[in-house]
Amino acid sequence: MRETFRAITRSQAWRSVFRHGLPLSNRTRAEAVFYNFFLHVHPAKVRRRSLKFTYTWGLGGLSAGLFIVLVASGALLMLYYRPSVQQAYGDMKDLQFVVSSGQFLRNMHRWAAHAMVAMVFLHMLRVFYTGSYRPPKEFNWVIGVVLFVFTVLLSYTGYLLPWDQLAYWGISVGTNMARSVPFGLGERISFLLLGGNIVGENALVRFYVLHCFVLPVAAMVLMGIHFWRVRKDGGV
Amino acid sequence: MSADFRAEKNPDAGAVPKRVAFIKGRTAARVRKEDEDLVMTVPHLVVREAIAFMAMVIVLALLSLFFNAPLEWIANPEHTPNPAKAPWYFLGLQELLHYFPPIVAGVILPALAVIALIVIPYFRVNVKREGLWESSRRRNLIGVCAVAGILSVLLFLYNVYAMLIPTLIVAAVMVTPAFVRRQGRILLWLGSRPLSWWIMTWFVIVVVVLTAIGTLFRGPEWSWTWPWKEIY
Repeated sequence: MRETFRAITRSQAWRSVFRHGLPLSNRTRAEAVFYNFFLHVHPAKVRRRSLKFTYTWGLGGLSAGLFIVLVASGALLMLYYRPSVQQAYGDMKDLQFVVSSGQFLRNMHRWAAHAMVAMVFLHMLRVFYTGSYRPPKEFNWVIGVVLFVFTVLLSYTGYLLPWDQLAYWGISVGTNMARSVPFGLGERISFLLLGGNIVGENALVRFYVLHCFVLPVAAMVLMGIHFWRVRKDGGV
Repeated sequence: MSADFRAEKNPDAGAVPKRVAFIKGRTAARVRKEDEDLVMTVPHLVVREAIAFMAMVIVLALLSLFFNAPLEWIANPEHTPNPAKAPWYFLGLQELLHYFPPIVAGVILPALAVIALIVIPYFRVNVKREGLWESSRRRNLIGVCAVAGILSVLLFLYNVYAMLIPTLIVAAVMVTPAFVRRQGRILLWLGSRPLSWWIMTWFVIVVVVLTAIGTLFRGPEWSWTWPWKEIY
């Protein structure tokens, strides 16, 4: 058993994927960090002080974790959901009563989304109260504020998709607020967002595309920059 | 910089009476400890991250097992629910809309909030991290009282008690350390907070209060409704 395991981890196929040995010595542990795409956002060594949970409360990392949960559950929901006025609500009912674990899947997505808005806001408060926005990290704070706005927009565009009363009127109230932007700009923004003057078929498709493609991709790019800058400025 | 100056550490205040720190404006002021205890990221950090992530997924899964996401009747443009509410994170704004004209509540105030958040790190006042009453006590006291007073009068004229009460409480707590002679630990701590800290704390309290009122205490025609009457 042990020998087989060793043989596998030493084979060329294994080594072509994982370029380092098992993380048993400090050398291979360091290699495990900088030869790994996902771990290379971390330094090979960290201060023991920063391991303490109350150092960051894990809020930024957990926000990213929630994003992963949302992408995973969202992709599965996309399999059962069609963004049209005729079908959207029926698909929601199917998720509730026909699809195996459909309700659970929806619950996960819903609660993770609410949690992410709160988590990102709390992360922002933590960064403020520990003064972690100070130079040279000031621009990363700006990216963070934009990411918070994106989180709210992601949640807001997803809010319409169930096409129930809650969704329909929640979005109507929100876009009516946008309409009060002066110089006729509000009307245009609202028209652009809804693809018309009222919340209808066009609005549903637009919100769907924004929610499932445009905003997540934009958020991912910004997250990449955000994490990269954290690392460059000496964070964990 | 390091070539020009040398920091000398000595617990004996007689030998090294004062310590002067040179902080370049471009970088954050922080004490860098020598010989800091470093540990390997693998496994120490990565294992902790994995545990935190899994704990979060477990909590979410339990939440999802016991509480269902809401799904009401199919959207009906003919039938407006009363009250029609936006998602909870916008209910603070919707609550403001109840007091102010749409242009103020829906555009100017949120835009100001986002701009204020963005410019935080570019303000010198934040870098300076100085308690309000440590120097120029008189000037700061007049300034704080004037701003809080004008704000309170404005809020009173518009009947925005939901913002007026938190504003008055924060202002009262803010100036207390300036008047009390014998200060305990809490007052000393409050007295050492910089202006930016107070503005942010006031902002967060107002946002939380407005959102809570909009979510829990508003019923038909946006009238005050106790949450135990009926949950909307």
